[in-house]
Amino acid sequence: MRLISTLLIGLSSGSIYSLMALALVLVWRSTRVVNFAQAGQAIASTYIGYLIIARTDNYWLALPVALVAGAIIGALVDIVLIRTLNKRVKSGPVASISPVIITLGLLGLIRSLVGMIWGGDLRAYKAPVTNHGFTFGSTTIPFSPYNLLTVFTCVVVMVIFSAIFQKTNLGLSLRAAAFQPEIARLAGVRVDLVRTIGWAFAGGAGAVAGVLVTPTNSLSPNSLDLLLVLGFVAAVIGGLESLIGAAVGGLILGIGLAFILEYVSTSLAFPSAFIVLILVLLIKPSGIFGKKGGRDA
Amino acid sequence: MSLVIENLTVRHGAITAIDGLSFTVKEQELTAVIGANGAGKTTLLRTLSGLKAPVSGSALWQGESILNCKPEDLVRRGILHVSDGKTVIPELSVKENLALGGLWRKDKKDVAVATDEVIDLFPRLGERLSQSADTLSGGERQMLAIGRALISRPKLLLLDEPSLGLAPLIIEQIFTTLDLLRHKLGLTVVLVEQNAMSALGIADTGIIINLGKLVTTGKSKDLTSDPALQAAYLGY
Repeated sequence: MRLISTLLIGLSSGSIYSLMALALVLVWRSTRVVNFAQAGQAIASTYIGYLIIARTDNYWLALPVALVAGAIIGALVDIVLIRTLNKRVKSGPVASISPVIITLGLLGLIRSLVGMIWGGDLRAYKAPVTNHGFTFGSTTIPFSPYNLLTVFTCVVVMVIFSAIFQKTNLGLSLRAAAFQPEIARLAGVRVDLVRTIGWAFAGGAGAVAGVLVTPTNSLSPNSLDLLLVLGFVAAVIGGLESLIGAAVGGLILGIGLAFILEYVSTSLAFPSAFIVLILVLLIKPSGIFGKKGGRDA
Repeated sequence: MSLVIENLTVRHGAITAIDGLSFTVKEQELTAVIGANGAGKTTLLRTLSGLKAPVSGSALWQGESILNCKPEDLVRRGILHVSDGKTVIPELSVKENLALGGLWRKDKKDVAVATDEVIDLFPRLGERLSQSADTLSGGERQMLAIGRALISRPKLLLLDEPSLGLAPLIIEQIFTTLDLLRHKLGLTVVLVEQNAMSALGIADTGIIINLGKLVTTGKSKDLTSDPALQAAYLGY
């Protein structure tokens, strides 16, 4: 029972890491930007969701509103910052490092703005269903209805994403623009527009991850920083280029951490996430799903 | 109704790749642009398809400027550039690569017709539709790239070294197909080639450039029979 419960807990937190990893991978593979601001975009979206919950007490309204807000914020980051930057710096070491520094700066900026608007205090984020574990007879396991809901929501979002990517014309444009932007352009794909849509999708995925994870702890301007880091670890495990890799990387990380928390030591869990990150980069930098020199859908 | 290039100058940093180049490509003609490595052939095509901005000069297609436009807009005006080397997207399937050529088109019925035509023309692609483009041979990739351009119903086709890295027999097939296609579809073609004799063999007009400047231009028959040109530029 303990084993299954740990596995389920890992699945639940892992599915959130997967979403965050998905957001990072979407941006990385389409624009070659390591987007540290993703945590900032997600926290802003999560606070917008908080506004809805505070007014209407309706989590199911907050989730889609946060998703749309996240998508809009993501698109704006691309249009206002990344496009402008790409026009100004075209090549050289500055071109590869400046987008990363810009996203770091933006992360700080958004967190400060969120702090100015809503203050720095911890706020409770009300879950739509209970976060008390399921009870079987006389035993209560840590896995709760809310965890179940989290897994379900993540699976739905992932399925929608993969359907868009694999089955629609927009998805084909997104993949073509990510893999070979020049050939895509020459075939008539509006690469700039498609990239902005990629940023919007990423922003939406990050927002959903934020709204899902927050009820299990609490909301503050930097409460999603750990999620960003774990999202990166998951993305690296999955090879940074692959959407399936991001999903699987998140699940591996979530389940691994859950087992260490439950069976080894609470204090070892997060250091081990970083050890995994470093080991993956040292041993197989392309991740478990990354092909050498190539990319995968 | 033709492609008129006047005084075109393009630079890569301090290097002048195209230096005051002027020539005209008549509608429905095939013009071969011949020159050695570094003559500026690829830069010329990249400028005409919007990938590269020129320093000065003009290029008019059907009376309207095509310089400083986005490649994706030029595609919508019927200008299709099949670049050299990496011509297809290896991460996508053959079918998806072809589909890209019709994504932006509103007339989806004609996209289906054009796709069927391409598969009739290149049956090998039809047999490999669901395969990753990564698995194709060099010749098949070239067919795929040309096929994708055809699905966009081009008017002006810019072809960069379609013979690059291919076996002689495959090169002959590609050139024969090109010759057939452009007459059938009434295409205007600018063909950039190092393989001068094959290119001039199917071209109406030849343009020889060296270090970004025009050396000479004329009917391809006259160029191939000029001994001085043969020695200097046509590789024998």
